Amino acid sequence: MEAVIKEIIVGYESEKTPLISILHRVQDKLGYLSEEVLKLVAKYLDLPLSKVYGVASFYTLLDTEEKGENIVRVCESAPCHVKGSMNVLTELKSELGIDIGETTKDNKFSLELTSCLGVCGVAPAIMVNDQVYGNLTAKKLEEILEKY
Amino acid sequence: MAFYRGHILVCTGQECKQKGGKEVERILVKELKRFGLNDEIKVISTDCLGACEAGPLMVIYPEGVYYGGVQIEDVREIVEEHLLKGRRVNRLLYEMDESEENVTAHHKKDIFSDEMRIVLRNCGLIDPEDIKDYIGRDGYRALGIALTRLTPKEVITMIEDSGLRGRGGAGFPAGLKWKFTHQADGDEKYVVANADEGEPGTSKDRLIMEGDPHTLLESMAIAGYAVGADTGYIYVRGEYQLAVSRLKKAIEQAEELGVLGKNLFDSDFDFEIKIREGAGAYVCGEETALLRSIEGERGEPQIKPPYPPNEGLWGQPTLINNVETLANIPVIIQKGADWFSKIGIENCTGTKVFTLSGDVMNEGLVEVPMGTTLREIIEGFGGGMADGREFKVAQTGGTSGGCIPKELLDTPMDYDSLAEVGSALGSGALLIMDESHCIVDIAKCFMHFFEHESCGKCTPCREGNTRMYEMLDRISKGESNLKDLDKLRDLANVMSKTALCGLGQAAPTSIYSTLDYFKDEYLAHITAKVCITGDCQELVTQREEGERKGETA
Repeated sequence: MEAVIKEIIVGYESEKTPLISILHRVQDKLGYLSEEVLKLVAKYLDLPLSKVYGVASFYTLLDTEEKGENIVRVCESAPCHVKGSMNVLTELKSELGIDIGETTKDNKFSLELTSCLGVCGVAPAIMVNDQVYGNLTAKKLEEILEKY
Repeated sequence: MAFYRGHILVCTGQECKQKGGKEVERILVKELKRFGLNDEIKVISTDCLGACEAGPLMVIYPEGVYYGGVQIEDVREIVEEHLLKGRRVNRLLYEMDESEENVTAHHKKDIFSDEMRIVLRNCGLIDPEDIKDYIGRDGYRALGIALTRLTPKEVITMIEDSGLRGRGGAGFPAGLKWKFTHQADGDEKYVVANADEGEPGTSKDRLIMEGDPHTLLESMAIAGYAVGADTGYIYVRGEYQLAVSRLKKAIEQAEELGVLGKNLFDSDFDFEIKIREGAGAYVCGEETALLRSIEGERGEPQIKPPYPPNEGLWGQPTLINNVETLANIPVIIQKGADWFSKIGIENCTGTKVFTLSGDVMNEGLVEVPMGTTLREIIEGFGGGMADGREFKVAQTGGTSGGCIPKELLDTPMDYDSLAEVGSALGSGALLIMDESHCIVDIAKCFMHFFEHESCGKCTPCREGNTRMYEMLDRISKGESNLKDLDKLRDLANVMSKTALCGLGQAAPTSIYSTLDYFKDEYLAHITAKVCITGDCQELVTQREEGERKGETA
């Protein structure tokens, strides 16, 4: 873990104030930003832990808690709301058997809400990890979840 | 860099593909190789050319000759006769009307004739991953003009004269911002592109970055020259991964060709561009919060003044513009301020890209001159309401904008006209809703968004949004009384007057407008405990229970 963090930080040496970029990359490699990870980032960047934690906990895409292998994010913004995102959410909750902010027992999926994904033309939409899916129906949801 | 004497566009749109367009393209590439023409003539597979009945279709440039119904066995004849010997193959000629309609038929969305593409001029027409395609459409020419023929002051005067206003939402005159940054003293200056497109219902910046990334790079370099900056940052939403990868590729190609980097166009002007990814915070679209985020801090807005042109990134003078604002710059430089200022309306020149979503037949992005009315967009580009239902309300400008009822459909869409009716042009989001949606439920959805996205730094926004959401929730459940309506308005006043940044100030816009235009619906929820659309589940259940009780009594 320490080596991974060190290596990432070295890659940003020439950059001014790269904390957020570093946290992104560290999360990509290590899954989430645990207290231990944040302490190491703070140590190597010579920043107070309070600041590193403050930043990590401020942004939605940075996770300070362990999540499932795949994160399902349901868009809850108005254009998706109008097109029935609440039905999508209900469907997902029952399909996965979890509530918002929870992770399935097999650690495969976490369910979260997100703001507009910018694909309103195909609302309602969800994002699974980096992949966006639109024009959702109950059947489509099932097929999407099967892929993971 | 390779130069081609000719280009062949082969249509591989849906219809042509089904008729064998893809196969024709494959054979064409093979035949060109066989005749050794592959270094002279480039084959480009394109999207629909608009004449689907004549597919598979191909066009040979620079002659502009169309061949229709091309089968694989015709390909060799076209190559031998037309390309090698210069004789047209008459039997395959397809007559395209030279009327303007067909000239613009490359656009997929030619169903809407009022569209005018300045910002989106290249989107869908070029390969965004190939700088040569961009250069082929006069890309980087404006930067060349600026660097070789104009002084920074002349560039700024041009932008001022064009009347261009910021497209991020506030509508501040772009030229003035440039001038302030130019005049400010600093050891170093920066240009920042605000690509943190977080306003719900907006995807214009994503389309520009994914479809035409070099436009943004070129514009930033011109801005850098004008204000005296040699470094630019693009702050992109973390969710926009495709845009990030295209921008990275574009920067690499531009540096390789020398249109970014040192001594651009043999001048002593250097410019480099870096990308910073956001991490999911709507408030970072606010300029001071965005700058804090680049500085590696929590994205919390700062008190203004000082404004970024005087004290921005790392305390240095910083020009910060929205992606759409910047995308106008190369065209203004090439065609002139006078040309640009004649588009749109007097105090609001140029075009605006709208993201149309909701209950219309055709959703998507459309670019029209400022001042086009909402009705024209819904009926023209949008193709009318979906499923034959009635229009009820439109929210313009995204979640921080206001709601417009049917009576105001003919309001011109520009900053001032929309502000007059209590809404906003904002980012150009247009959410169209039909009669099946409940105003209270929608307003609740808006406030839920702000409750989540408020950064928590100032009290009016942090507490105000939460309390407003709670009141709306009570109204939607039939647990409210008439006093809540006054409280809603009071709280809205406090927030719009005292919140630290635009987020908190604009959050109640939809509350004002729905209270003004749809008060009856609020009253129905509060006094009669009725939600006519059935969106407010609790009220419906209550009524059903009441009816059941009535039946048994």
